[in-house]
Amino acid sequence: MKLNTLKPNKENLYTYLVLGVSLLAVGFIDIVTNTFLNLNITGFLPVIISFLSPLILGVFGLHFIRIEYSGNKTLDRINKNFNSNNINAILSLIVIFILIKYIPPLLNWLFFEANFLGSTKKDCTGDGACWVFVRVWFNRFMYGMYPDAEQWRINISFIALLVSIGSIFVLPSKFKKYIILFLLFIFPIIALNLISGGIFGLEWIETGAWGGLSLTFIVSAFALIFCFPIGVFLALGRRSDLPAIKYSSIGFIELWRGVPLITVLFMSAVMFPMFLPDGTYMDKLMRVIIAITLFEAAYMAEVVRGGLQALPRGQYDAAKSLGMGYWRMHLLIIMPQALKLVIPGIANTFLALVKDTPLIFVVGLLELAGMIGLAKTNPKWLGMATEGYVFAAFVFWIICFSMSRYSQNLEKKLSTDR
Amino acid sequence: MTNIIELKKVNKWFDKFQVLKEIDLEVKPKEKIVVCGPSGSGKSTLIRCINRLEEHQEGSIVVDGYEISENTKNIENIRAEVGMVFQQFNLFPHLSILENCTLAPIWVKKLPKKKAEELAMENLKRVQIVDQATKFPGQLSGGQQQRAAIARALCMEPKIMLFDEPTSALDPEMIKEVLDVMVDLAKGGMTMIVVTHEMGFAKEVADNMIFMDEGRIVERAKTNDFFENPKSDRTKLFLSQIL
Repeated sequence: MKLNTLKPNKENLYTYLVLGVSLLAVGFIDIVTNTFLNLNITGFLPVIISFLSPLILGVFGLHFIRIEYSGNKTLDRINKNFNSNNINAILSLIVIFILIKYIPPLLNWLFFEANFLGSTKKDCTGDGACWVFVRVWFNRFMYGMYPDAEQWRINISFIALLVSIGSIFVLPSKFKKYIILFLLFIFPIIALNLISGGIFGLEWIETGAWGGLSLTFIVSAFALIFCFPIGVFLALGRRSDLPAIKYSSIGFIELWRGVPLITVLFMSAVMFPMFLPDGTYMDKLMRVIIAITLFEAAYMAEVVRGGLQALPRGQYDAAKSLGMGYWRMHLLIIMPQALKLVIPGIANTFLALVKDTPLIFVVGLLELAGMIGLAKTNPKWLGMATEGYVFAAFVFWIICFSMSRYSQNLEKKLSTDR
Repeated sequence: MTNIIELKKVNKWFDKFQVLKEIDLEVKPKEKIVVCGPSGSGKSTLIRCINRLEEHQEGSIVVDGYEISENTKNIENIRAEVGMVFQQFNLFPHLSILENCTLAPIWVKKLPKKKAEELAMENLKRVQIVDQATKFPGQLSGGQQQRAAIARALCMEPKIMLFDEPTSALDPEMIKEVLDVMVDLAKGGMTMIVVTHEMGFAKEVADNMIFMDEGRIVERAKTNDFFENPKSDRTKLFLSQIL
């Protein structure tokens, strides 16, 4: 049989398949032995060629198996997705090699060589992560300095929140309205009173002691609930025909968008009390929540305004021609459509808000990341920053990813296919 | 009979460009008027001024006894009396056809939901799309959408219907189904002002024809006279091109 090395084709399919796969296999064996056995089977070659040998072997291998319409479905799919030309072949190989080289050590660090059991740093004997740190500090990471004996109050609030949210999906839609109203207006007050105490014989726990993940949730939840309606009103205000409303909205939005959140938080903690009349006092956490709310509301306003701009003028005309006034038109016609259009933008702002909460450390409030920052400076646990922040990243990722999934579901559910 | 719509010396500018010049127009109850003219002649602007989707700067517009530029607080009530059908349908895409029809009666006229739905079904029957009631606008053909838009306007039980080129965005095949509905409506005794290029429809339905050019009413005549012996040269030219 005549081997045409430049043009593999259907006739000599199997010859080339065997040749290509063997070359690939040698390449992979090379990289695997190199990574895990510290054995360089191409060590007899000059250094640079030895280093690149898996790539070179792989590229030739992939070149040989690149046969169009081979009739073999698996082969065709591989060729189409990973191996459509030489450059893509190189990129595919590089990505695969990087994964082979770095995933196993990462897994080792995270799980196989990590220590989970124990109660002090000395129990961490393996080479991997010291999850004992997270275990020991877990309570603090969740509840901050909140007294252990009173933590049931946070737990109950959180469970009540989950149950009422869950019941929205389970109960018939008739009750939905009431549950949402309860969640928006009554629940926050109950939860806040329960957590802070001072009534019904509950011990008063000042907000300075709140912290950890529960504080992340409290700050995010309040800021989310309030920044949305404020943003909507600002967006409407910016499009108003009345100059006073229009320019004050523009002024507000541009002011808050123009300053970094961290300065806003500083101002709320340091400057704001100076403007208050003597003897009045406003809780630090409250000030921080208001600051974050107004800050994010400015962003929300611009997101919502984007949706308003995107609606055709005909929708306004039609609503007006049916005798609807300004508020009815916006409530029934404009907002439902505009908000649906900007769900991705709203989700974006909400995610940014949740991820901005760690910044409240500048005023001395320690939510999850802040508590970790504190714990890692404990003399008994020095050097645990990596574990702590990996844990924080993981928790934030879970929260944000669920929000992101929810927004995608909402988008799908609300689409009425234009 | 008193006029239900009366325009006196209406002038309107978009910035410096004058779109309406000294418009005088009287419409009696149950009268059908077809407005025609080349594009940019101000036909659409004229009827959009009648329910104040556009504001005029000079002159007076009286609708059903109310001077609309004086009654700005009352404008929603006046608009509720004046139904409008648009070139681009402008159905509300987030609501089903039935909800499109019941929304304004429920929220503006405060009808009970059940009654509003009965009324809506009646009007959907009239425009022959009862079977589409639960669908969303995006699932309907252009002709069906426009008929749904007519039904939506009728659900407010208006005294006057304004049509702004209702068939211009439709396929030729769908134009007829919409025109049929409009003819039916005209025979039912509705007061109608229709901006259209459908001269067949005009001949069948209109009591009076209005020809506009460059923001002026160039000719106003009984339908027969208008087509048989138009007076101005501009009208003759227009008719020779369109017929």
